[in-house]
Amino acid sequence: MKFSVQVEVRLRPGIADPQGSTIERAVPTLGFSDIKNVRVGKSIRFEIEANDEQSARSQVEDLCGRFLTNPVIEDAFVELELMP
Amino acid sequence: MTTRVGVVVFPGSNCEQDVCEAVRQQGVQAEILWHGDSSLQQCDAIVIPGGFAYGDYLRPGAIARFSPVMGAVSQFAREGGPVVGICNGFQILTEAGLLPGALQKNRGLKFLCSEAQLRVESTNSVLTQQLDLGAVVSIPINHFEGNYTCDAQTLQQLQQEDRIVFRYVNNPNGSVDDIAGVCNEGRNVVGLMPHPERAISDLLGSSDGIAMFRSLVSSVMAG
Repeated sequence: MKFSVQVEVRLRPGIADPQGSTIERAVPTLGFSDIKNVRVGKSIRFEIEANDEQSARSQVEDLCGRFLTNPVIEDAFVELELMP
Repeated sequence: MTTRVGVVVFPGSNCEQDVCEAVRQQGVQAEILWHGDSSLQQCDAIVIPGGFAYGDYLRPGAIARFSPVMGAVSQFAREGGPVVGICNGFQILTEAGLLPGALQKNRGLKFLCSEAQLRVESTNSVLTQQLDLGAVVSIPINHFEGNYTCDAQTLQQLQQEDRIVFRYVNNPNGSVDDIAGVCNEGRNVVGLMPHPERAISDLLGSSDGIAMFRSLVSSVMAG
């Protein structure tokens, strides 16, 4: 089975996000006055072959914990989709 | 036999020649170690210099730690060999799990490039044993991700075990507990954001970095 994977890497709450704060400061100049708590993350996409969804997910989570994120400062949110 | 200090170079390292100069100033040999080699070529101490290894892709240090040379560095460190990571080198050592915590982006929105005053908080490490406890030294900083962070339990452990080796006098980047440098349990692995190799002559504005390289070299001689 082949899965399409999207990993969203987010900075954990309380971790400094200068990009997010800079965007937040800029948006009011376009008239958007109600936008708050801007956080910038990363999106990583790839494909994985596995026997089933559970195996795919556990491999992806292992990869996230050991490489795609630094667990001290980042969290990973994983989405899997079965490919035709 | 002449003491040899290995300076690891990754694609994107840019402070290795300054570190070599600081090492040679101590009258010992400096050896450039290429990231693709898995041998440390019988070096007696290792410095991981600053720069932007692998372009800081994914995260600073995230990819560098998979280089063949890092396997050898980790083994050397576990056997008690002196290892120092400066700036990007500190980030690499945290990513490699040789030092606790992580370096997040500076609290302000700025890349910082200036002189920083550091207080020597522990002289029980390979980089600080020749320094005076409590002395304030002037060392340049040059970073965007220099804001040291760790969980509360790790911080308490660092404090109780005297593993915070330098603190900023005026915290420039938001680092927890003003931390500028830490060491591992064995006190043979030290990481710091400031650049002592840029403070080895009065012509550079400070020579306070010299004593750190003297410490490193003497830690080798002491065995």
